[in-house]
Amino acid sequence: MLTYISIFITAIFVNNIILSQFLGICPFLGVSKKIDSALGMGAAVTFVMLLSTIVTYLIQAYLLDPFQLGYMQTIVFILVIAALVQMLEIVLKKVSPALYQALGVFLPLITTNCAILGVAILVIQKDFSLVESVVYAVSTAIGFTLALTIFAGIREQLNWSEVPKAMKGTPIALITAGLLALAFMGFSGIKIC
Amino acid sequence: MNKLKIILNGIITENPTFVLLLGMCPTLGTTSSAINGMSMGLATMFVLMCSNVVISAVKDVIPDKVRIPSFVVIIAAFVTVLQLCMQAYLPELYKSLGLFIPLIVVNCIILGRAEAFAAKHNPFDSLLDGIGIGLGFTLGLTLLGAVRELLGTGRIFDLTIFPEEYGALAFVLAPGAFIALGLLIALVNTLKTK
Amino acid sequence: MVMVLTLITALVGAILGSVYQLTAQPIALAGAKAQADAIRQVAPAFDNDPIAESDTILSNGLEIVIYPAIHNGTPNGAAVKAPTNSGFNGEIVVMVGFEQDGTIREYRVLSHSETPGLGAKMEQWFRTDKNRQNILGKNPANTNMSVSKDGGDIDGITASTITSRAFLQAIQTAYAAYMGQSVDGVTGCSTTTDGTSGSTTKTDATSGSTTKTDATSGSTIHNNGEEETK
Repeated sequence: MLTYISIFITAIFVNNIILSQFLGICPFLGVSKKIDSALGMGAAVTFVMLLSTIVTYLIQAYLLDPFQLGYMQTIVFILVIAALVQMLEIVLKKVSPALYQALGVFLPLITTNCAILGVAILVIQKDFSLVESVVYAVSTAIGFTLALTIFAGIREQLNWSEVPKAMKGTPIALITAGLLALAFMGFSGIKIC
Repeated sequence: MNKLKIILNGIITENPTFVLLLGMCPTLGTTSSAINGMSMGLATMFVLMCSNVVISAVKDVIPDKVRIPSFVVIIAAFVTVLQLCMQAYLPELYKSLGLFIPLIVVNCIILGRAEAFAAKHNPFDSLLDGIGIGLGFTLGLTLLGAVRELLGTGRIFDLTIFPEEYGALAFVLAPGAFIALGLLIALVNTLKTK
Repeated sequence: MVMVLTLITALVGAILGSVYQLTAQPIALAGAKAQADAIRQVAPAFDNDPIAESDTILSNGLEIVIYPAIHNGTPNGAAVKAPTNSGFNGEIVVMVGFEQDGTIREYRVLSHSETPGLGAKMEQWFRTDKNRQNILGKNPANTNMSVSKDGGDIDGITASTITSRAFLQAIQTAYAAYMGQSVDGVTGCSTTTDGTSGSTTKTDATSGSTTKTDATSGSTIHNNGEEETK
């Protein structure tokens, strides 16, 4: 149980996927102008990350490893993730139009979100068990949502401040992200076990 | 002349790091030193060149509906080739770039160029485009890596410029990546308006 | 449409398969070479095959591997690979070379994920002759291998106490494993004799360890050990 709590805390705060691992930067900079869309993106990422990690884990354990096809990992994982996102889109449209309304716009963006593929590969590299992988995927996604939402909140405020001309847009956003990363560094070294 | 333009376009007008702002994950994640940034840039350039040539060569055979999946398969194939070769011949470098090598697959620059350029031009021009964009990306990463390494440790490419004690370590760590890139883009913006 | 995609995937699969076949051996070799290089760099002179004669010990769930160095038929120390999980960002694996009496000859950090510019300095820090940083040429039997902050004899890396603690812990683990095995072996040095013989070898080590001096110092300790058993 302690291992799971440790994975949970580490993935959210200590090794935050965006602010210390640099994965999923594109949506971090792209979909962070409003808190609402940040939360929507976070929910979509959580959903897809959980599903794709479980599926790719099973593929690795029961298909790639037994047949020694480890070198096909990258190609198989990216195709599985792309297919999964497509399928999710179709299923959501049929089953829950409300949820599709909320998450639909973000789904196509997720295929090229390197955090998804990154986590799928990381859990294999870290030799996690299936349960550990699930915990890791969910907590990473929560960490992603947390960083994204905080960042969106700051950027909403930033609209009202006067920024030097050259710094407008991306530069000031990046520097804000840097300060946020600095704040998250305060969590580093925290350990439970 | 026209050919030179294709290359220069990638390096200056459409520089992926400073102008298009594409491929931000490896840009921030692998530039803790100039040499790491450069290696990552060159690795990406290799995949970009190969995928551009192959995609523009087979573009007429591929039906429109499966265009994107086919492109992804081709790109992933070259990434895997790169991965295997690096593991075999450059194991140290492979270890230090780590996860970011397989993640070249989801680098928006590569699929972006396949869609925007290779799918419309002949293989030779696509190769040039790959070289141009690849060099632009390498340049961006090397520059960012050099700035971070200098400010953080007082060295560039392991050459000591000033004593390490005066460096601001934060630039080598995660926050410095964001801040240094933000400042560099601001600098490019200023230069552009002049 | 599906045909084309299937064809592409099949083709790609075939190409990757053959590239894999081509690189499989170099990849395996590269891994083995890194290991062998580290052993050669840290271990005292040897003419045996340390990897083939290696001995794996499990203690507290950690896997420690001892690569014995044998020169001209006499045991001449060893290289020991030891991990620790208490690093700042997780696992640190070190390869430590010990002289026959347990004096630390050399070390290499095989893998770590410590903070660059802080904890990552351990590769250089503990071999630099400044204050009490250097651990080379010291014998854990008469040196308290822990950070001076904890009352030990070694100055830890500035602002990286956790990494320093973990690193020294790995060294201690390696030493314990080496001595544990050493007692089982022919020499059977106890810790008390080490105190004296350790200081002698220390001067040997600093005076430039050529193969010859190593061999002689090795045999001296061997004698010491025998005297002790008498």
